[in-house]
Amino acid sequence: MIKAEQKPIDEILKYLNPYNKILLSGCGACVTVCHAGGEKEVELLASGLRMARQKIGKKIEVLEVTPARQCEPEFALELSETIEKVEAVLSISCGVGVQTLVRHFPKIPIFPGVNTSFLGETITHGVWEERCQACGNCILEKTGGICPISRCAKQLLNGPCGGSSKGKCEIKKEADCAWQLIYDRLKTLNQLYKLEEIIPAKRWGVESRDSGLRRIVREDLKV
Amino acid sequence: MKAGSNLEKVLEKRLFAVTGELGPPKGNDVSVIKRKAELLKGYVDAVNVTDNQTAIVRMSSIATSSLLIQLGLEPVMQMTTRDRNRIAIQSDIFGATALGIKNMLCLTGDHHTFGNQVDAKNVHDLDSIQLIDCVRTMRDQGRLLGGEEKIEGEINIFIGAAANPFADPFEFRVIRLGKKVAAGVNFIQTQCIYDMNRFKEWMRMVRDRGLHEKCHILGGVTPLKSGGMARYMAKNVSGIIIPDEIIDRVVKAKKPAEEGIKICVEQIQELREIEGVHGVHIMAIEWEQMVSKITEMAGLLPRPKIE
Amino acid sequence: MSSFDPKIIAFCCDQSGYPAADMAGTLKLKLPRNIEIVRVPCAGRIETIYLLKALEKGADGVLVFACYEENCQFLRGNLRAKARLAYAHRMLEGIGLEKERVEICHLATNSGVKFVETLRRKSEQLKKMGPNPAKES
Repeated sequence: MIKAEQKPIDEILKYLNPYNKILLSGCGACVTVCHAGGEKEVELLASGLRMARQKIGKKIEVLEVTPARQCEPEFALELSETIEKVEAVLSISCGVGVQTLVRHFPKIPIFPGVNTSFLGETITHGVWEERCQACGNCILEKTGGICPISRCAKQLLNGPCGGSSKGKCEIKKEADCAWQLIYDRLKTLNQLYKLEEIIPAKRWGVESRDSGLRRIVREDLKV
Repeated sequence: MKAGSNLEKVLEKRLFAVTGELGPPKGNDVSVIKRKAELLKGYVDAVNVTDNQTAIVRMSSIATSSLLIQLGLEPVMQMTTRDRNRIAIQSDIFGATALGIKNMLCLTGDHHTFGNQVDAKNVHDLDSIQLIDCVRTMRDQGRLLGGEEKIEGEINIFIGAAANPFADPFEFRVIRLGKKVAAGVNFIQTQCIYDMNRFKEWMRMVRDRGLHEKCHILGGVTPLKSGGMARYMAKNVSGIIIPDEIIDRVVKAKKPAEEGIKICVEQIQELREIEGVHGVHIMAIEWEQMVSKITEMAGLLPRPKIE
Repeated sequence: MSSFDPKIIAFCCDQSGYPAADMAGTLKLKLPRNIEIVRVPCAGRIETIYLLKALEKGADGVLVFACYEENCQFLRGNLRAKARLAYAHRMLEGIGLEKERVEICHLATNSGVKFVETLRRKSEQLKKMGPNPAKES
């Protein structure tokens, strides 16, 4: 799922400086799971913002809402009535949710309250790690189910660099070397032969972000 | 002959090759290059020119290599995939060969966060193996990567790459070398060798796969200047292993620098005895003045002159 | 300022802070005037929002009385409370409030004296700091 982290409060306060009544909108999906923008975080941030503004004698009214999935128009549209009552919106959903609101509410300023960080998994409570970069052409079949695009700092497709030492990456010592993991996994599966194959230059310019805006169209689902 | 470079001729004649290394200046001061070139001239068959090594901004390896040719030295132009996408890479290869550069070392490059531009966006469009494949395609098929259009002119490049027998996973290292060979590499320079036992074990695996007959392997050496340097490298540089007995020798020596040179010479002599090792790559980092001494003590002089 | 009696919310763990408060009562030790005790089954029950809401709704300071580390009936409740305090401290810095307004104190059931002394010290500290400028008005 999408992982995010709350922006520093002072940065958010700068965005909100001109406004006295805002809507703080969380999201019940990914950012709830990573504790960056769920109902609880909405409550916490709202309290923090109110106190910060109270302290400087410039009260702010914060309406709180957490739609089930801010990136889906039917949920985003639930905010229509509330949005009428405020001067600006602070969204602590991911960057996608912010833009869904922007698309449906063109007349009101909408600010991001989190930094959308990566697509990742929960390692343990309170720890998340990147697992996918949405490169557009999954190669996990070739690499034992471990992604070197997201997990190798150099995105190497043909094996570890010289900085792989005792299973760790030289760039971030707490990070496992992706290619060590791939090697170990393929060894366990008795598939080391897969490492002999040269993975050719990736088609970044056709399949990934580098191709420009990506879009999926499913004619069978259109209404 | 792939490119007809001096290095290629020496290796093809089965002579024990010697390459050196030259780090370009952190600016455009050509006198730095001239000074280092003088220290290396006549003692090596070719000189590696690093490409913004450890991601520190320096004069480009293409420009420096071109200057070396003017100074009468043969360059091995290093190129990393860290800073260039395939458009820039191929364009630079056109330019480099037009300037008379005949050897090239294909590298991924040190991660940019080690350098002085940590906020940079790194590229890594290709990895080193894909780069080797790219250069070979340009040379042998006369066309660009993934394209049918013929290149105007001929790309004559002796293709090199690096190998690190001291990084992990150890068993993968020789598989990776095999991929480089399959991609078309002609010569290999290894990471600095201090752990001779591990290197010999790696070479055994190389020979088991017959890779030593498909590419020329040059063993990398770096003389240790002091006990402090030995300890620092052993502790802090991933992918370098320095056995305790070597550290002890330098630390306990009355003149550590001399001991470092002595160790280096012994290593070269040991490397010469290993089947499949066709040369030595001397990386005397900011200690270029020692290359003459090392090559002389190791009996590598005079360097052959091949027409 | 002499008439300012800082309002302190004291969250008390049922295994340590609350019995300590009880003992302070038995010993007839005098507490500062403006203390509100909130009994919780474990310090781990205290969410970060409780700490902030306490300040927002009128407290000048918050104290969490929890068991000694490695002495939690629920294994890690006191450590969780500590980590949440650290998070709240970061928020307070962003808000521009003194992080000393929120503090954790580790004690045992028989620490009646420590309980009272901690509250007295906190009360004095808050008196010097002045009223919480961020509380609702």
